[in-house]
Amino acid sequence: MAQSPLQAQSIIREVKRAGIRFVVALPDRTTSERLLKPMLRDQELKVVQVCKEDEGVSICSGLFATGQRALLLIQYTGLLDSINALRGVAVEGKNPVCLMVGLLGKEPGVPPAQSKKYGLRIVEPILDAMGIEHHLLEGDEDVAKIAPAVEQAYAKSLPVVLLVGREPV
Amino acid sequence: MMKRDECLKVLARHRKGEIVVAVYKAAQEWIHIAPSDLNYTFTGAMGQGSSHALGIALGRPDKKVIVLDGDGSLLMNLGSLVTIANAAPKNLLHCVCENGSYETNGGVPIPNAGRVSFTGLAKAAGYPRTYEFEDLADWDRELDRILNEEGPILIDLKVEPGEDYPEDFRRLYNPEFRDAFRRALQRST
Repeated sequence: MAQSPLQAQSIIREVKRAGIRFVVALPDRTTSERLLKPMLRDQELKVVQVCKEDEGVSICSGLFATGQRALLLIQYTGLLDSINALRGVAVEGKNPVCLMVGLLGKEPGVPPAQSKKYGLRIVEPILDAMGIEHHLLEGDEDVAKIAPAVEQAYAKSLPVVLLVGREPV
Repeated sequence: MMKRDECLKVLARHRKGEIVVAVYKAAQEWIHIAPSDLNYTFTGAMGQGSSHALGIALGRPDKKVIVLDGDGSLLMNLGSLVTIANAAPKNLLHCVCENGSYETNGGVPIPNAGRVSFTGLAKAAGYPRTYEFEDLADWDRELDRILNEEGPILIDLKVEPGEDYPEDFRRLYNPEFRDAFRRALQRST
């Protein structure tokens, strides 16, 4: 069954519904145009731009210490680059870091683990090995996963990864 | 050159409820010199202290945040200087304890030890104010004034090991202490 396109406005609405007011970001082609740029213009969101993705893991953790909720919006290559921070800061440090990760180049409708791209195929197995909860956002019906996933992350004080499987419209 | 613990004792005397984020050797000494629930040492991975501090500073703009970074640690996260300069938290004081070595990891010198200018890096990244101190009396005399200035400010503290303090990595990274920090910060005005 064909999925309905992933709607950027639905994603932003759900992010806000989850109580997130800070977005920590490094641009990714999958999400820049429809998510990050509107977020930069959104008066209800404060966007903190980082130079490297592991900074974002720690900034989100610092925000958590102050009682604020944050989203780390990055590309999957940045996730792979941030594994030690995710290990030490998010998992062992029990910080509810919520990541939204663009899967640049993933074939639409193809599960990440079956992608032709090696870098994409290894993302979910790595998260599984680290014990990090993850969800795939591929069609608009998937945006309903966002707020409960964030709530669960904060309830358990553990990280969660929302994988953006295609460019939102 | 200042003994690091003497340098930290000066900071402890001038502290008035500021949050202190500390890493590695400075953290091991700070938790003995200035115990407080508003000490944050749960940085989890090398280089991340300045980024944790930025998150705290943005989340609580009403509270002054002092980060006691290391020179090796900052070299591992130099981009954070640009990130902090861009976010421009007025309440962030970024101290770098420059000992020229990876003291916790065997005392091997940092790359280009003694020739890197941390204030130069910070200025080039866009920090509006930077200072260097190598004399304890100067540090003691200037600190109150600096604590009243708007950040982000980078301070390069030229230090060497002083007295030995017991290492307690479990205390530094224990999420239970982080939760106590959260509760204390919630109560703190």
